[in-house]
Amino acid sequence: MKTATANFDSTLRLAGPIAVGVILLVVWQVLCTINEVPIYLFPKPTDIWTSFAANLPSLLRALSVTLMVTLQAFVVAVVVGTAIAFVFNQSRLIEACLFPYAIILQVTPIVAISPLIIILVKDTRLALTMCAAIVALFPIISNTTLGLRSVDPGLVNLFRANKASRLQTLVRLRIPSALPYFFAGLRISSGLALIGAVVAEFVAGTGGMGSGLAYEILQAGFQLDIPLMFAALALITLVGIALFAVMSALSNWAIGSWHESHAEERGHG
Amino acid sequence: MAHLALSRKVENDMALAPETPVIDVRSAEKTFPNGFRGLEPVDLRVEPGEFLTLIGPSGCGKSTLLGMMTNLLKPSAGEMRWWGGSFDQTGTAGKSLSIVFQDATLMPWATIQANVRLPLDLARTPRGEADERVRQALEKVGLAGFEDRLPRQLSGGMRMRVSIARSLVTEPNLLLMDEPFGALDEFTRNKLDSDLLDLWREKGLSIVFVTHSIYEAVFLSTRVVVMAARPGRISKIIDIDAPWPRDEAFRGSPRFAALCAELSRELREASEMSGTMAGGARP
Repeated sequence: MKTATANFDSTLRLAGPIAVGVILLVVWQVLCTINEVPIYLFPKPTDIWTSFAANLPSLLRALSVTLMVTLQAFVVAVVVGTAIAFVFNQSRLIEACLFPYAIILQVTPIVAISPLIIILVKDTRLALTMCAAIVALFPIISNTTLGLRSVDPGLVNLFRANKASRLQTLVRLRIPSALPYFFAGLRISSGLALIGAVVAEFVAGTGGMGSGLAYEILQAGFQLDIPLMFAALALITLVGIALFAVMSALSNWAIGSWHESHAEERGHG
Repeated sequence: MAHLALSRKVENDMALAPETPVIDVRSAEKTFPNGFRGLEPVDLRVEPGEFLTLIGPSGCGKSTLLGMMTNLLKPSAGEMRWWGGSFDQTGTAGKSLSIVFQDATLMPWATIQANVRLPLDLARTPRGEADERVRQALEKVGLAGFEDRLPRQLSGGMRMRVSIARSLVTEPNLLLMDEPFGALDEFTRNKLDSDLLDLWREKGLSIVFVTHSIYEAVFLSTRVVVMAARPGRISKIIDIDAPWPRDEAFRGSPRFAALCAELSRELREASEMSGTMAGGARP
Protein backbone atom coordinates (compact mmCIF):
# COMPACT_ATOMS: atom_id res chain seq x y z
CA MET A 1 0.00 0.00 0.00
CA LYS A 2 2.78 2.33 0.98
CA THR A 3 4.55 2.02 -2.37
CA ALA A 4 1.28 2.50 -4.20
CA THR A 5 0.73 5.77 -2.33
CA ALA A 6 4.30 6.81 -2.99
CA ASN A 7 3.87 6.09 -6.70
CA PHE A 8 0.68 8.09 -6.78
CA ASP A 9 2.49 10.96 -5.05
CA SER A 10 5.37 11.04 -7.51
CA THR A 11 2.97 10.79 -10.49
CA LEU A 12 0.96 13.68 -9.09
CA ARG A 13 4.12 15.73 -8.57
CA LEU A 14 4.94 15.44 -12.26
CA ALA A 15 1.49 15.29 -13.88
CA GLY A 16 -0.04 18.11 -11.80
CA PRO A 17 2.27 20.94 -12.89
CA ILE A 18 2.23 19.71 -16.51
CA ALA A 19 -1.57 19.73 -16.55
CA VAL A 20 -1.62 23.30 -15.18
CA GLY A 21 0.90 24.35 -17.83
CA VAL A 22 -1.12 22.83 -20.67
CA ILE A 23 -4.33 24.48 -19.45
CA LEU A 24 -2.60 27.89 -19.24
CA LEU A 25 -1.19 27.50 -22.74
CA VAL A 26 -4.63 26.58 -24.13
CA VAL A 27 -6.30 29.54 -22.38
CA TRP A 28 -3.54 31.84 -23.68
CA GLN A 29 -3.99 30.49 -27.22
CA VAL A 30 -7.78 30.82 -27.11
CA LEU A 31 -7.76 34.34 -25.64
CA CYS A 32 -5.24 35.60 -28.21
CA THR A 33 -7.22 34.00 -31.05
CA ILE A 34 -10.66 35.29 -29.93
CA ASN A 35 -9.41 38.83 -29.31
CA GLU A 36 -7.26 38.84 -32.44
CA VAL A 37 -4.24 40.13 -30.53
CA PRO A 38 -1.58 41.16 -33.07
CA ILE A 39 1.50 38.96 -33.11
CA TYR A 40 3.85 41.97 -32.49
CA LEU A 41 2.00 42.76 -29.24
CA PHE A 42 1.48 39.33 -27.74
CA PRO A 43 2.09 36.20 -29.81
CA LYS A 44 0.11 32.98 -29.43
CA PRO A 45 1.92 29.88 -28.12
CA THR A 46 1.76 28.40 -31.64
CA ASP A 47 3.51 31.50 -33.05
CA ILE A 48 6.25 31.10 -30.46
CA TRP A 49 6.63 27.43 -31.33
CA THR A 50 6.86 28.25 -35.08
CA SER A 51 9.53 30.87 -34.36
CA PHE A 52 11.36 28.46 -32.08
CA ALA A 53 11.45 25.77 -34.77
CA ALA A 54 12.50 28.21 -37.47
CA ASN A 55 15.35 29.69 -35.39
CA LEU A 56 16.42 26.47 -33.76
CA PRO A 57 20.09 26.45 -34.91
CA SER A 58 20.83 30.02 -33.82
CA LEU A 59 18.89 29.56 -30.57
CA LEU A 60 20.80 26.40 -29.73
CA ARG A 61 24.11 28.16 -30.45
CA ALA A 62 23.07 31.00 -28.15
CA LEU A 63 21.93 28.48 -25.56
CA SER A 64 25.31 26.75 -25.55
CA VAL A 65 27.06 30.09 -24.95
CA THR A 66 24.80 31.07 -22.03
CA LEU A 67 24.96 27.58 -20.62
CA MET A 68 28.77 27.55 -20.74
CA VAL A 69 29.01 30.91 -18.96
CA THR A 70 26.49 29.72 -16.37
CA LEU A 71 28.21 26.41 -15.68
CA GLN A 72 31.69 27.89 -15.53
CA ALA A 73 30.51 30.61 -13.16
CA PHE A 74 28.69 28.03 -11.06
CA VAL A 75 31.76 25.82 -10.75
CA VAL A 76 33.93 28.82 -9.80
CA ALA A 77 31.34 29.91 -7.22
CA VAL A 78 31.14 26.44 -5.68
CA VAL A 79 34.91 25.99 -5.47
CA VAL A 80 35.67 29.51 -4.22
CA GLY A 81 32.59 29.65 -1.94
CA THR A 82 33.33 26.32 -0.29
CA ALA A 83 36.98 27.27 0.20
CA ILE A 84 35.98 30.58 1.82
CA ALA A 85 33.48 28.78 4.07
CA PHE A 86 36.21 26.39 5.24
CA VAL A 87 38.54 29.29 6.02
CA PHE A 88 35.71 31.02 7.94
CA ASN A 89 35.13 27.82 9.87
CA GLN A 90 38.77 27.53 10.89
CA SER A 91 39.01 30.99 12.38
CA ARG A 92 36.35 33.10 14.02
CA LEU A 93 38.61 36.14 13.59
CA ILE A 94 38.83 35.75 9.81
CA GLU A 95 35.11 35.18 9.61
CA ALA A 96 34.34 38.26 11.70
CA CYS A 97 36.66 40.40 9.53
CA LEU A 98 35.57 39.14 6.13
CA PHE A 99 31.93 38.10 6.36
CA PRO A 100 30.64 41.70 6.02
CA TYR A 101 32.42 41.90 2.66
CA ALA A 102 30.69 38.74 1.50
CA ILE A 103 27.43 40.48 2.40
CA ILE A 104 28.45 43.59 0.44
CA LEU A 105 29.04 41.32 -2.54
CA GLN A 106 25.54 39.96 -2.06
CA VAL A 107 23.60 43.19 -1.59
CA THR A 108 25.18 45.19 -4.41
CA PRO A 109 23.03 44.63 -7.52
CA ILE A 110 24.94 42.81 -10.22
CA VAL A 111 23.42 45.13 -12.86
CA ALA A 112 25.28 47.97 -11.15
CA ILE A 113 28.65 46.23 -10.99
CA SER A 114 28.66 44.44 -14.32
CA PRO A 115 29.29 47.52 -16.55
CA LEU A 116 32.42 48.16 -14.50
CA ILE A 117 33.61 44.59 -14.82
CA ILE A 118 32.87 44.51 -18.53
CA ILE A 119 34.93 47.67 -19.04
CA LEU A 120 37.81 46.49 -16.84
CA VAL A 121 38.05 42.93 -18.14
CA LYS A 122 39.06 42.75 -21.81
CA ASP A 123 37.79 39.24 -22.50
CA THR A 124 34.00 39.53 -22.61
CA ARG A 125 33.42 35.87 -21.92
CA LEU A 126 35.60 36.12 -18.82
CA ALA A 127 33.76 39.26 -17.72
CA LEU A 128 30.39 37.54 -18.08
CA THR A 129 31.61 34.53 -16.10
CA MET A 130 32.89 36.81 -13.33
CA CYS A 131 29.55 38.62 -13.06
CA ALA A 132 27.61 35.36 -12.87
CA ALA A 133 30.07 33.88 -10.37
CA ILE A 134 29.75 36.90 -8.07
CA VAL A 135 25.98 36.48 -7.95
CA ALA A 136 26.23 32.72 -7.37
CA LEU A 137 28.91 32.94 -4.70
CA PHE A 138 27.04 34.16 -1.63
CA PRO A 139 24.55 31.32 -1.07
CA ILE A 140 27.43 28.84 -1.18
CA ILE A 141 29.49 30.82 1.35
CA SER A 142 26.65 31.49 3.77
CA ASN A 143 25.06 28.03 3.58
CA THR A 144 28.30 26.09 3.85
CA THR A 145 29.53 28.29 6.71
CA LEU A 146 26.24 27.76 8.52
CA GLY A 147 26.39 24.03 7.79
CA LEU A 148 29.91 23.59 9.10
CA ARG A 149 28.79 25.28 12.31
CA SER A 150 25.48 23.43 12.67
CA VAL A 151 26.83 20.32 14.29
CA ASP A 152 24.89 18.33 16.88
CA PRO A 153 26.52 19.41 20.20
CA GLY A 154 26.08 15.88 21.53
CA LEU A 155 28.18 14.53 18.67
CA VAL A 156 30.80 17.23 19.29
CA ASN A 157 31.03 16.02 22.89
CA LEU A 158 31.23 12.41 21.73
CA PHE A 159 34.15 13.27 19.44
CA ARG A 160 35.85 15.26 22.20
CA ALA A 161 35.38 12.44 24.71
CA ASN A 162 37.01 10.04 22.24
CA LYS A 163 39.95 12.43 21.86
CA ALA A 164 39.32 13.03 18.15
CA SER A 165 41.79 15.27 16.33
CA ARG A 166 40.71 18.50 14.64
CA LEU A 167 41.03 16.88 11.21
CA GLN A 168 39.03 13.81 12.27
CA THR A 169 36.27 16.04 13.59
CA LEU A 170 36.24 18.04 10.36
CA VAL A 171 36.14 15.06 8.02
CA ARG A 172 33.94 12.70 10.02
CA LEU A 173 31.59 15.20 11.64
CA ARG A 174 31.59 18.76 10.30
CA ILE A 175 31.60 17.97 6.58
CA PRO A 176 28.80 15.37 6.68
CA SER A 177 26.75 17.70 8.92
CA ALA A 178 27.24 20.55 6.44
CA LEU A 179 26.13 18.58 3.37
CA PRO A 180 22.37 19.31 3.61
CA TYR A 181 23.09 23.06 3.90
CA PHE A 182 25.65 22.86 1.11
CA PHE A 183 23.16 21.22 -1.25
CA ALA A 184 20.49 23.77 -0.39
CA GLY A 185 23.09 26.39 -1.32
CA LEU A 186 23.82 24.62 -4.60
CA ARG A 187 20.17 24.71 -5.58
CA ILE A 188 19.88 28.47 -5.00
CA SER A 189 23.27 29.21 -6.46
CA SER A 190 22.74 27.31 -9.73
CA GLY A 191 19.69 29.44 -10.48
CA LEU A 192 21.52 32.62 -9.54
CA ALA A 193 24.43 31.73 -11.84
CA LEU A 194 21.99 31.60 -14.76
CA ILE A 195 20.39 34.90 -13.76
CA GLY A 196 23.84 36.47 -13.37
CA ALA A 197 24.92 35.22 -16.80
CA VAL A 198 21.80 36.57 -18.51
CA VAL A 199 21.91 39.93 -16.72
CA ALA A 200 25.58 40.38 -17.55
CA GLU A 201 24.85 39.56 -21.20
CA PHE A 202 22.15 42.22 -21.26
CA VAL A 203 24.59 44.77 -19.87
CA ALA A 204 27.32 43.74 -22.29
CA GLY A 205 24.60 44.08 -24.91
CA THR A 206 25.17 44.10 -28.63
CA GLY A 207 28.47 45.85 -28.13
CA GLY A 208 30.02 42.71 -26.68
CA MET A 209 30.82 39.58 -28.52
CA GLY A 210 27.06 38.93 -28.35
CA SER A 211 25.93 35.42 -28.93
CA GLY A 212 24.06 34.27 -25.80
CA LEU A 213 20.33 33.97 -25.22
CA ALA A 214 20.07 37.48 -23.75
CA TYR A 215 21.69 38.79 -26.92
CA GLU A 216 19.05 36.90 -28.94
CA ILE A 217 16.32 38.57 -26.88
CA LEU A 218 17.88 42.03 -27.40
CA GLN A 219 18.28 41.46 -31.14
CA ALA A 220 14.75 40.12 -31.49
CA GLY A 221 13.49 43.18 -29.58
CA PHE A 222 15.23 45.57 -31.97
CA GLN A 223 13.63 43.74 -34.88
CA LEU A 224 10.20 43.58 -33.19
CA ASP A 225 10.37 39.81 -33.56
CA ILE A 226 8.27 39.24 -30.45
CA PRO A 227 7.73 35.47 -30.93
CA LEU A 228 11.52 34.98 -31.04
CA MET A 229 11.85 36.96 -27.79
CA PHE A 230 9.39 34.60 -26.16
CA ALA A 231 11.14 31.55 -27.62
CA ALA A 232 14.52 32.64 -26.19
CA LEU A 233 12.85 33.46 -22.88
CA ALA A 234 11.25 30.00 -22.73
CA LEU A 235 14.63 28.45 -23.38
CA ILE A 236 16.22 30.36 -20.47
CA THR A 237 13.40 29.19 -18.22
CA LEU A 238 13.92 25.59 -19.32
CA VAL A 239 17.63 25.84 -18.52
CA GLY A 240 16.80 27.17 -15.05
CA ILE A 241 14.36 24.33 -14.38
CA ALA A 242 16.86 21.76 -15.66
CA LEU A 243 19.59 23.13 -13.37
CA PHE A 244 17.25 22.99 -10.40
CA ALA A 245 16.24 19.42 -11.24
CA VAL A 246 19.87 18.29 -11.60
CA MET A 247 20.80 19.87 -8.25
CA SER A 248 17.79 18.26 -6.54
CA ALA A 249 18.73 14.87 -7.99
CA LEU A 250 22.32 15.35 -6.84
CA SER A 251 21.17 16.27 -3.34
CA ASN A 252 18.83 13.30 -3.22
CA TRP A 253 21.62 10.98 -4.33
CA ALA A 254 24.06 12.30 -1.73
CA ILE A 255 21.93 12.79 1.38
CA GLY A 256 18.49 11.44 0.43
CA SER A 257 18.86 8.25 2.43
CA TRP A 258 19.26 9.98 5.78
CA HIS A 259 18.33 13.67 5.81
CA GLU A 260 14.90 14.87 6.93
CA SER A 261 14.52 17.15 3.90
CA HIS A 262 14.16 14.06 1.73
CA ALA A 263 11.75 12.18 3.98
CA GLU A 264 8.91 12.81 1.53
CA GLU A 265 10.75 11.26 -1.40
CA ARG A 266 11.40 8.16 0.67
CA GLY A 267 7.63 7.80 1.05
CA HIS A 268 7.36 8.33 4.79
CA GLY A 269 8.12 11.05 7.29
CA MET B 1 26.93 -18.58 40.49
CA ALA B 2 29.17 -16.30 38.55
CA HIS B 3 27.32 -13.18 39.61
CA LEU B 4 27.39 -14.26 43.21
CA ALA B 5 31.12 -14.67 43.09
CA LEU B 6 31.40 -11.32 41.41
CA SER B 7 29.22 -9.46 43.86
CA ARG B 8 31.22 -10.97 46.67
CA LYS B 9 34.34 -9.72 44.91
CA VAL B 10 32.79 -6.26 44.77
CA GLU B 11 32.10 -6.33 48.48
CA ASN B 12 35.62 -7.50 49.18
CA ASP B 13 37.05 -4.76 47.01
CA MET B 14 35.00 -2.21 48.85
CA ALA B 15 36.12 -3.62 52.15
CA LEU B 16 39.76 -3.19 51.20
CA ALA B 17 39.48 0.55 51.45
CA PRO B 18 42.88 1.78 50.24
CA GLU B 19 42.36 0.45 46.70
CA THR B 20 42.66 3.24 44.16
CA PRO B 21 39.19 4.55 43.35
CA VAL B 22 38.12 4.59 39.69
CA ILE B 23 37.25 8.25 40.07
CA ASP B 24 38.25 10.42 42.97
CA VAL B 25 36.38 13.71 43.24
CA ARG B 26 38.37 15.92 45.57
CA SER B 27 36.52 19.04 46.67
CA ALA B 28 35.61 19.66 43.07
CA GLU B 29 33.14 22.49 42.57
CA LYS B 30 31.65 24.31 39.60
CA THR B 31 30.72 27.92 39.16
CA PHE B 32 29.66 28.68 35.60
CA PRO B 33 30.98 31.71 33.72
CA ASN B 34 27.60 33.45 34.19
CA GLY B 35 28.12 33.20 37.95
CA PHE B 36 25.64 30.35 38.49
CA ARG B 37 26.78 28.08 41.32
CA GLY B 38 26.33 24.64 39.74
CA LEU B 39 28.00 22.57 42.42
CA GLU B 40 29.32 23.13 45.93
CA PRO B 41 32.65 21.41 46.69
CA VAL B 42 32.03 17.67 46.44
CA ASP B 43 34.08 14.73 47.73
CA LEU B 44 33.17 11.39 46.20
CA ARG B 45 34.98 8.15 45.43
CA VAL B 46 33.75 5.81 42.73
CA GLU B 47 34.99 2.38 43.80
CA PRO B 48 35.98 -0.32 41.31
CA GLY B 49 33.06 -2.53 40.29
CA GLU B 50 30.33 -0.46 41.88
CA PHE B 51 27.14 0.80 40.27
CA LEU B 52 26.81 4.34 41.54
CA THR B 53 23.71 6.38 40.76
CA LEU B 54 23.31 10.14 41.04
CA ILE B 55 19.74 11.28 41.68
CA GLY B 56 18.16 14.56 42.67
CA PRO B 57 15.80 17.40 41.69
CA SER B 58 16.64 19.40 38.57
CA GLY B 59 19.42 21.90 39.16
CA CYS B 60 21.06 19.69 41.78
CA GLY B 61 24.23 19.47 39.71
CA LYS B 62 24.09 15.74 38.98
CA SER B 63 24.76 16.28 35.28
CA THR B 64 27.46 18.80 36.18
CA LEU B 65 29.13 16.26 38.43
CA LEU B 66 28.92 13.61 35.72
CA GLY B 67 30.21 16.15 33.19
CA MET B 68 33.31 16.68 35.33
CA MET B 69 33.76 12.92 35.50
CA THR B 70 33.76 12.81 31.68
CA ASN B 71 36.28 15.68 31.65
CA LEU B 72 33.96 17.56 29.25
CA LEU B 73 33.47 20.03 32.11
CA LYS B 74 36.40 21.29 34.16
CA PRO B 75 35.92 21.95 37.89
CA SER B 76 36.35 25.64 38.72
CA ALA B 77 38.20 24.57 41.88
CA GLY B 78 39.25 21.28 43.40
CA GLU B 79 40.54 18.25 41.59
CA MET B 80 39.44 15.16 39.68
CA ARG B 81 41.51 11.96 39.54
CA TRP B 82 40.93 8.97 37.29
CA TRP B 83 42.51 5.74 38.55
CA GLY B 84 44.69 7.92 40.71
CA GLY B 85 46.01 10.00 37.80
CA SER B 86 45.09 12.78 35.40
CA PHE B 87 42.61 12.41 32.55
CA ASP B 88 45.43 12.28 29.99
CA GLN B 89 46.45 8.79 31.04
CA THR B 90 42.94 7.35 30.64
CA GLY B 91 42.19 5.29 27.55
CA THR B 92 45.03 2.89 28.24
CA ALA B 93 44.39 -0.74 29.19
CA GLY B 94 42.51 -1.02 32.47
CA LYS B 95 41.86 2.73 32.57
CA SER B 96 39.42 3.23 29.75
CA LEU B 97 36.08 4.98 30.08
CA SER B 98 33.07 5.51 27.82
CA ILE B 99 30.18 7.93 27.93
CA VAL B 100 26.53 7.27 27.14
CA PHE B 101 24.64 10.49 26.60
CA GLN B 102 21.04 11.41 27.26
CA ASP B 103 20.23 11.09 23.55
CA ALA B 104 21.58 8.27 21.45
CA THR B 105 23.70 10.91 19.58
CA LEU B 106 24.20 8.80 16.49
CA MET B 107 25.50 10.17 13.20
CA PRO B 108 22.36 10.14 11.02
CA TRP B 109 24.35 9.65 7.81
CA ALA B 110 26.27 6.61 9.00
CA THR B 111 25.12 3.01 9.23
CA ILE B 112 24.72 1.33 12.60
CA GLN B 113 28.01 -0.47 12.02
CA ALA B 114 29.88 2.75 11.22
CA ASN B 115 28.30 4.49 14.23
CA VAL B 116 29.40 1.76 16.62
CA ARG B 117 32.84 1.62 15.02
CA LEU B 118 33.43 5.37 15.47
CA PRO B 119 35.48 5.23 18.71
CA LEU B 120 37.72 2.57 17.14
CA ASP B 121 38.06 4.56 13.89
CA LEU B 122 39.05 7.64 15.88
CA ALA B 123 41.67 5.55 17.69
CA ARG B 124 42.86 4.23 14.28
CA THR B 125 42.14 0.59 15.09
CA PRO B 126 42.74 -1.65 12.03
CA ARG B 127 39.51 -2.23 10.10
CA GLY B 128 39.34 -6.02 10.42
CA GLU B 129 39.80 -6.02 14.18
CA ALA B 130 37.39 -3.11 14.55
CA ASP B 131 34.65 -4.83 12.55
CA GLU B 132 34.97 -7.94 14.68
CA ARG B 133 34.61 -5.93 17.89
CA VAL B 134 31.63 -4.05 16.45
CA ARG B 135 29.99 -7.39 15.64
CA GLN B 136 30.50 -8.58 19.22
CA ALA B 137 29.23 -5.32 20.72
CA LEU B 138 26.08 -5.36 18.57
CA GLU B 139 25.46 -8.98 19.49
CA LYS B 140 25.82 -8.07 23.16
CA VAL B 141 23.02 -5.48 22.94
CA GLY B 142 20.83 -7.74 20.82
CA LEU B 143 21.20 -5.86 17.53
CA ALA B 144 23.07 -8.42 15.42
CA GLY B 145 21.85 -8.19 11.82
CA PHE B 146 21.13 -4.44 11.99
CA GLU B 147 24.63 -3.43 10.85
CA ASP B 148 23.60 -1.85 7.56
CA ARG B 149 20.56 0.06 8.82
CA LEU B 150 20.55 3.81 9.30
CA PRO B 151 19.66 5.30 12.72
CA ARG B 152 16.34 6.72 11.44
CA GLN B 153 15.19 3.19 10.61
CA LEU B 154 15.42 2.17 14.28
CA SER B 155 13.13 2.81 17.25
CA GLY B 156 14.23 5.00 20.17
CA GLY B 157 15.03 1.99 22.32
CA MET B 158 17.08 0.38 19.57
CA ARG B 159 18.99 3.62 18.97
CA MET B 160 19.86 3.70 22.67
CA ARG B 161 21.12 0.13 22.37
CA VAL B 162 23.33 1.22 19.49
CA SER B 163 24.66 4.00 21.69
CA ILE B 164 25.46 1.47 24.41
CA ALA B 165 27.13 -0.85 21.89
CA ARG B 166 29.26 2.10 20.78
CA SER B 167 30.31 2.72 24.38
CA LEU B 168 31.17 -0.98 24.87
CA VAL B 169 33.21 -1.35 21.70
CA THR B 170 36.32 0.13 23.29
CA GLU B 171 36.02 -2.44 26.13
CA PRO B 172 35.84 0.25 28.84
CA ASN B 173 36.37 -0.30 32.55
CA LEU B 174 34.09 2.58 33.45
CA LEU B 175 30.77 3.66 31.95
CA LEU B 176 29.48 7.19 32.57
CA MET B 177 25.77 7.40 31.73
CA ASP B 178 23.76 10.64 31.75
CA GLU B 179 20.04 9.77 31.98
CA PRO B 180 20.46 7.33 29.12
CA PHE B 181 16.93 5.90 29.20
CA GLY B 182 15.07 9.05 30.25
CA ALA B 183 13.29 9.48 26.93
CA LEU B 184 12.10 5.88 26.64
CA ASP B 185 8.78 4.34 27.62
CA GLU B 186 8.71 2.44 30.90
CA PHE B 187 8.61 -1.03 29.36
CA THR B 188 11.65 -0.42 27.16
CA ARG B 189 13.44 1.27 30.04
CA ASN B 190 12.94 -1.73 32.35
CA LYS B 191 14.22 -4.07 29.68
CA LEU B 192 17.31 -1.96 29.04
CA ASP B 193 17.93 -1.63 32.80
CA SER B 194 17.96 -5.43 33.15
CA ASP B 195 20.26 -5.80 30.15
CA LEU B 196 22.56 -3.13 31.54
CA LEU B 197 22.85 -5.01 34.84
CA ASP B 198 23.75 -8.20 32.96
CA LEU B 199 26.49 -6.32 31.12
CA TRP B 200 27.76 -4.73 34.30
CA ARG B 201 28.03 -8.07 36.08
CA GLU B 202 29.44 -9.93 33.13
CA LYS B 203 32.14 -7.40 32.36
CA GLY B 204 33.02 -6.28 35.88
CA LEU B 205 32.39 -2.67 34.90
CA SER B 206 32.20 0.34 37.14
CA ILE B 207 29.21 2.50 36.26
CA VAL B 208 28.16 6.01 37.21
CA PHE B 209 24.55 6.55 36.26
CA VAL B 210 22.42 9.71 36.36
CA THR B 211 18.65 9.32 36.57
CA HIS B 212 15.40 10.99 37.62
CA SER B 213 13.74 7.73 38.44
CA ILE B 214 13.68 6.36 41.99
CA TYR B 215 12.74 2.87 40.74
CA GLU B 216 15.59 2.82 38.28
CA ALA B 217 18.06 3.97 40.94
CA VAL B 218 16.98 1.27 43.42
CA PHE B 219 16.87 -1.45 40.79
CA LEU B 220 20.33 -0.76 39.39
CA SER B 221 22.59 0.60 42.07
CA THR B 222 24.96 -0.56 44.72
CA ARG B 223 25.05 3.01 46.02
CA VAL B 224 22.82 6.02 45.40
CA VAL B 225 24.03 9.58 45.80
CA VAL B 226 21.08 11.85 46.63
CA MET B 227 21.70 15.46 45.66
CA ALA B 228 20.04 18.75 46.57
CA ALA B 229 19.71 21.90 44.48
CA ARG B 230 20.50 25.61 44.70
CA PRO B 231 23.38 25.24 45.12
CA GLY B 232 23.99 21.70 43.87
CA ARG B 233 25.47 19.44 46.55
CA ILE B 234 25.39 15.91 47.92
CA SER B 235 22.67 15.53 50.50
CA LYS B 236 23.04 11.83 51.37
CA ILE B 237 24.60 8.60 50.16
CA ILE B 238 22.51 5.45 50.51
CA ASP B 239 23.73 1.86 50.16
CA ILE B 240 21.31 -0.34 48.26
CA ASP B 241 22.08 -3.67 49.88
CA ALA B 242 19.47 -5.75 48.08
CA PRO B 243 20.82 -9.12 46.98
CA TRP B 244 21.89 -10.04 43.45
CA PRO B 245 20.77 -11.04 40.93
CA ARG B 246 18.03 -8.45 40.60
CA ASP B 247 15.32 -9.40 38.14
CA GLU B 248 11.62 -8.78 37.55
CA ALA B 249 10.81 -10.62 40.79
CA PHE B 250 12.91 -8.05 42.66
CA ARG B 251 10.80 -5.24 41.21
CA GLY B 252 7.72 -6.76 42.84
CA SER B 253 9.34 -7.58 46.19
CA PRO B 254 8.60 -5.84 49.52
CA ARG B 255 12.35 -5.13 49.82
CA PHE B 256 12.22 -3.15 46.57
CA ALA B 257 9.18 -1.19 47.76
CA ALA B 258 10.83 -0.43 51.09
CA LEU B 259 14.03 0.79 49.42
CA CYS B 260 12.03 2.97 47.02
CA ALA B 261 10.12 4.46 49.95
CA GLU B 262 13.38 5.20 51.78
CA LEU B 263 14.97 6.79 48.73
CA SER B 264 11.80 8.74 48.04
CA ARG B 265 11.88 10.14 51.60
CA GLU B 266 15.52 11.11 51.24
CA LEU B 267 14.76 12.82 47.94
CA ARG B 268 11.89 14.78 49.46
CA GLU B 269 14.17 15.92 52.26
CA ALA B 270 16.78 16.91 49.70
CA SER B 271 14.16 18.89 47.78
CA GLU B 272 12.99 20.67 50.92
CA MET B 273 16.59 21.42 51.76
CA SER B 274 17.16 22.86 48.30
CA GLY B 275 17.82 26.55 48.25
CA THR B 276 17.99 26.78 52.05
CA MET B 277 21.76 26.73 52.41
CA ALA B 278 23.35 30.04 53.31
CA GLY B 279 24.68 31.89 50.30
CA GLY B 280 22.89 29.50 48.02
CA ALA B 281 20.71 32.06 46.30
CA ARG B 282 20.93 32.47 42.55
CA PRO B 283 22.97 35.49 41.47
